[in-house]
Amino acid sequence: MMKSAYFQSVSSSRGYWLISAIAGVITLAGLIGAEHMESAGHWVTGMSNQVVWGVPHVFAIFLIVAASGALNTASIASVFARDDYKPLARLSALLAIALLSGGLAVLVLDLGRPDRLIVAMTHYNFKSIFAWNIFLYIGFMFIVGIYLWMMFEPRMNRFTARVGTAAFIWRLVLTTGTGSIFGFLVAREAFDSAVMAPLFIVMSLSFGTALTLLIGMLIFWINGATMDPALAQKLRRLLGFFVIGVAYLVAVDHLTKLYVTGHHQLEQFILVDGGIYTLLFWGVQILLGTVVPAILLLLPRFCQRGYLIAAALLVVVGALTQVYVLIIGGQVFPLELFPGYSVTSTFYDGVIADYTPSLAELALGMGGMGLAVLVTLIGVRILPFVPVQMTGKNQD
Amino acid sequence: MIWGDLIERGCKWLSRAMRVVVMTIALSLGTSVIEAYAEVSQPVFPSARGEQCVEPVDIMRRDHFEFLKHQRDKTVREGIRTPRHSLAGCIDCHADKDAQGRFVPVNAKGQFCQSCHVYAAVKIDCFSCHAARPSERVSQSP
Amino acid sequence: MDMKNSSPRRTFFTQASAGVALLALAPGVRLVDLALARAQDEPASAAQRWGLLVDVDRCVSGCDACVSACNTEHGLGDSERPQTDAQWIRKVDLVDHNTGRQLSLPLMCQHCEEPPCVDVCPTGASFRRADGIVLVDKHTCIGCRYCMMACPYKARSFIHEDLTGQKTHAPRGKGAVESCTLCVHRVDRDESPACVEACTDAGREALVFGDINDRNDPLATQLAETTTRELRADLKLNTAVRYRGL
Repeated sequence: MMKSAYFQSVSSSRGYWLISAIAGVITLAGLIGAEHMESAGHWVTGMSNQVVWGVPHVFAIFLIVAASGALNTASIASVFARDDYKPLARLSALLAIALLSGGLAVLVLDLGRPDRLIVAMTHYNFKSIFAWNIFLYIGFMFIVGIYLWMMFEPRMNRFTARVGTAAFIWRLVLTTGTGSIFGFLVAREAFDSAVMAPLFIVMSLSFGTALTLLIGMLIFWINGATMDPALAQKLRRLLGFFVIGVAYLVAVDHLTKLYVTGHHQLEQFILVDGGIYTLLFWGVQILLGTVVPAILLLLPRFCQRGYLIAAALLVVVGALTQVYVLIIGGQVFPLELFPGYSVTSTFYDGVIADYTPSLAELALGMGGMGLAVLVTLIGVRILPFVPVQMTGKNQD
Repeated sequence: MIWGDLIERGCKWLSRAMRVVVMTIALSLGTSVIEAYAEVSQPVFPSARGEQCVEPVDIMRRDHFEFLKHQRDKTVREGIRTPRHSLAGCIDCHADKDAQGRFVPVNAKGQFCQSCHVYAAVKIDCFSCHAARPSERVSQSP
Repeated sequence: MDMKNSSPRRTFFTQASAGVALLALAPGVRLVDLALARAQDEPASAAQRWGLLVDVDRCVSGCDACVSACNTEHGLGDSERPQTDAQWIRKVDLVDHNTGRQLSLPLMCQHCEEPPCVDVCPTGASFRRADGIVLVDKHTCIGCRYCMMACPYKARSFIHEDLTGQKTHAPRGKGAVESCTLCVHRVDRDESPACVEACTDAGREALVFGDINDRNDPLATQLAETTTRELRADLKLNTAVRYRGL
């Protein structure tokens, strides 16, 4: 069993301060963007009464989904008792907390009244999936915190598996909750589907593993080490399967909708003549974000580190695009209130809505990513999260 | 070894000294702030119309927001529109008129709400949504 | 019915208190109303359910009397950014794909009995009053806009900028979501909504306001006697706004 002695905190280095500075600047830009949005009002974004959730939500949902997935490595180590994943277990739990903080910060700063956060904490409507999610997020932070304690404290190590199981179950429920934010929207064709919850779970596995690989490698690089190649290969194969898994559920979602005649127009829009949304779907989400990384991750000839990094980056780009097409594409397509009629009004009924993200909201979204990296960097500096030597010798 | 010990002791002494310096600065700043504010005069605002307020003045000074909040929930949630503790009721009596006889917003500088809230350094969150002048319906009243 | 009588309940009160013109009204109806009229300190009650009937055959394309009345009543302005401007009620023009039949109708919050906006609101700011009016408590709205995602009728607007010159009876401000209140401030003093009054004043009488629960109310009578439909009836939300001739 890995002991805390095998872990160390990251020491001060040029690389550490360089990456911290970059993450800090991005976070600061996000805060400035948020401040601008809140003081001027949301008209300075691309959002409108037609597209009510914009790019900040894309980043927030991406980060929250990835957060629960980032816990994978720890879960595999302690729930499924695979000691070979243990060197990454602590870091993966830290990433889960960091990514969730980034996502929640974006979500809160995009509110119309972020100054009323206290209201959201004191007034609950328990029929609202949003309200459940507030508890799921806070609970997740809490459980993962305890989980980390069990991993860090040698006398508590014997509870690691049990708390790890609780965290694993909690993260499945959490992603189900996040997916249900959309899945329960009965009014909107693009979201109203039972596939949403499982889709979000598989998405979380894929997004989280990709970010664990990327940020993990970054932290090791800062620390002057490299990730154990054997472990990197295991995560590579795992990510490959997760990418295929996401593609499968995306296909199921679209096929279900294609089967229902009432949804044909929506599918026609996303898959065939939706302009930028069709391009993003086929070009970025499917080709760059699914097909290419699947080839890079699953074919043995692409096993070098460079390909792995490229593949994980493509998965992240594809993931952000997927959430964009889902959330924005699902909103620009008009609600159908009068089947069999063509509709015109002053309120954009019956037309595809415009949406172009503004700089402020892009900055806010990116700021969430910056904050997640910043929290990770602070964490690894304070406590021993990183394994001393990422070679196979540490395991029996 | 001795050098290491010395350095360690030196660092401890330095940090203790720093703490004393920081606390002294903070304290002196604090007292000067308090002194500066002691010279701020009590708020002055236009007198209200009518004989007396809906509650005794000392109670209103402390608890006006409790009344307003209670009434706001009753009005919004249940449709109870008694004027006694309503924000509109406050504004009807406390809004001042300018030289041309037009109402001045109660949150304008030197007016009823603003003058006290500036004195107490409490931000008012009412008037980003609520009208700060009496509505036309009551503007006829004396 | 002449215009004076069919317009707001307030007209009735002046008439009733003067003790005249009772004969000109439908027998019994207004007397019951008088007995039920709520005192100022009495909460809205579930005994009533306020609703609207839209007679699509009487609604005319190009007429937007209801929309302008609503905008004036609540101080909805034009910021010259139509995509972010609030619209509580809008006119929708329809053309039947098969027959080419043209229709025009007003669309606003449908005041559902099972409102999706109320279900999804995390803080409970979206709520349904005892008498069926669906409202936003802007004191607890955090501006998350989940209700706008959930509303099947696109009835809600988000306030995208600072506002000035609000009406005393219609507080509105940046960062909160709002929608048709069924003119709750008028209903609370026994008047009909501004859109209904304007439609009647314009001579269309395409909008009828009343209490769905009161068998003697003209609205309830018409709902009982003719075929009306709900929008998105498939969602089974039991809306308080019904359409005839659609």
